[in-house]
Amino acid sequence: MEDVLFFIAAIGAVVGAIGVIALRNPFYSVLALVSHLLSLALLFLLLEAQFVAAAQIVVYAGAVMVLYVFVVSYVGGQGEPLASVGPGLGGVGLVLCIGLFVELSIAILGSGLHAIDTDGAKLGPGFGTPGQIGQLLLTKFLFPFEIASFLLLVAAVGAVVLARRRRGIDAPDEPLPPRDRLELTAAEVMRIPRAGSQAESIGLGQEEKEEQGGW
Amino acid sequence: MTVAWYLVVSALIFCVGAAGVLVRRSPLVILLCLELMLNAGNLALIAFSRMTGTGDGQIFAIIVMVVAACEVVVGLGIIVALYRRRLPIDVDQLRRLQG
Repeated sequence: MEDVLFFIAAIGAVVGAIGVIALRNPFYSVLALVSHLLSLALLFLLLEAQFVAAAQIVVYAGAVMVLYVFVVSYVGGQGEPLASVGPGLGGVGLVLCIGLFVELSIAILGSGLHAIDTDGAKLGPGFGTPGQIGQLLLTKFLFPFEIASFLLLVAAVGAVVLARRRRGIDAPDEPLPPRDRLELTAAEVMRIPRAGSQAESIGLGQEEKEEQGGW
Repeated sequence: MTVAWYLVVSALIFCVGAAGVLVRRSPLVILLCLELMLNAGNLALIAFSRMTGTGDGQIFAIIVMVVAACEVVVGLGIIVALYRRRLPIDVDQLRRLQG
């Protein structure tokens, strides 16, 4: 039974992964990634990692993928030609990846780890349960846990700075750069026209705005 | 199934993700392929956690999930910023975007 479930989940995961790179429409790629993540959660369950499997479904397949779907609908999921880098370069990429897979397989099968050919160590009670994960996070891995929370905070602030849209202090008809001018610096991309400034976001500069007739 | 099977599946998923990063041009799809590679790493970590019988690998996998979420948030923010500037959503044409 376990073997059958393993093959179903493994084939689902690999097919989902191939779907991500083989489908033209980014929207379908996102859906393929969702099915890939669900198969991967099944593999995690087979490896006795119940909490990680649940987190995978809730956080990844739930929250992160919704973010992707929103951005794909916003940007417009226009299809691009597959292998658009040209046949030569695309072929080189595929050959590189097949070579990488062969190399990794040799490394796995020829490794000196003897336990790799077993079903794993004997497990104590409560392996992979939320209780055990929580205890490890708050004792042995407290420092990585705090670093991860700080990283999440930085990412949240960064996303707000990158993607905000606000009426700015700038003149409203500030011209956009011509479409064919592609030599932009990173700072230029980050500073969105008509998006306002950091000073405005904390309430400075509002007075002049109101004099000009409000928002 | 032995742990080696899980590791081979993980290697396969990683290579598919790497192929996607090399072949595709849309930054959205490239971010999806990065997710694939991170997930392959997660699968290997959890397989090793099962092999040793300790929960450490699962903690690593959860931290990797956090890093992946941060990467997605910032990457999608940059894509939205590019779209607002009416720039082409294409990594080949944006190759001078390096700060």
